[in-house]
Amino acid sequence: MRKLLFFIPLAVFLILGVVLYLQLGKDTQYMPSVLVGKKVPAFTLVSLQDDQVYTHQDLPTAPYLINFWGTWCPACHVEHPFLMALADSGVTIIGIDYKDKKDLAEQWLEQKGNPYQIVLMDEMGRFGMDMGVTGAPETFVVDGSGVVVYRHQGVVNAENWPDIKGYMK
Amino acid sequence: MRCIKGIFLLCGMWLSLSAVAQEEMTFRTELNKTRYQSLVEELRCPKCQNQNLADSGSGIAVDLREQVYQMIEQGKTDQEIVDYMVARYGEFVLYRPQHSTATFLLWYGPFILLGIGLLAFIFVVMTNRKRQGRAL
Repeated sequence: MRKLLFFIPLAVFLILGVVLYLQLGKDTQYMPSVLVGKKVPAFTLVSLQDDQVYTHQDLPTAPYLINFWGTWCPACHVEHPFLMALADSGVTIIGIDYKDKKDLAEQWLEQKGNPYQIVLMDEMGRFGMDMGVTGAPETFVVDGSGVVVYRHQGVVNAENWPDIKGYMK
Repeated sequence: MRCIKGIFLLCGMWLSLSAVAQEEMTFRTELNKTRYQSLVEELRCPKCQNQNLADSGSGIAVDLREQVYQMIEQGKTDQEIVDYMVARYGEFVLYRPQHSTATFLLWYGPFILLGIGLLAFIFVVMTNRKRQGRAL
């Protein structure tokens, strides 16, 4: 019985070893979104192209993406061609022009093409704050019932798209 | 020469960075100012994860500082402001996690371990004493 006590440190070491090993190589910057499992927060935003007021009730009823972007964001330049390809393949993307200037955004869409069904302007970043956005680009997957099911921080590309697509149900 | 220039440039960048980190703000009362200072030190920047809101120059930290400022001036309580942040960015933004079942071990684990250690210590001392008593 007493001899068993000597194995306690070894057991603790092994358990800790396994726990720490499982954490190795994980993305330390990864932050789960509080919004997952909740409805898209209420908003009233003006659209970029036709100056119409949109609210959360105007959002699509089939699964879609919400993509935060801005002309000031270098990674968004990288992401843009892939979003174009997604739009071509029939994915609905709602663009949020995050903390940007209207004329610059219009120019961007004119030159590079528009992958978005609607582009809403969030000049003050208030909607971004409600969505828990920390920068751009950030992409949310919303399901058919208007519930956020996934959040992706950073560029959406061919590599991570299969994972994200898996949430679009 | 080049190197010196580089150093000057770096210093300049550093100075401008630290200047960005705090905006000019006028508070209605001295108390509001103190509350603001302690809140931005207590809340963690969701973008640059090892800095608090007060130290960070990232865009989102600027916005969140502004939000804290607005909410204080609107007469919101500290708890309401913290709840607002947690509702959007999660428990993650708190440098002092809230007491809950998930954080129970985090808060009380050290004391539990200390207790176990103390019990073990007493146990060892007692058995040693008993053994010595027998030897005498």
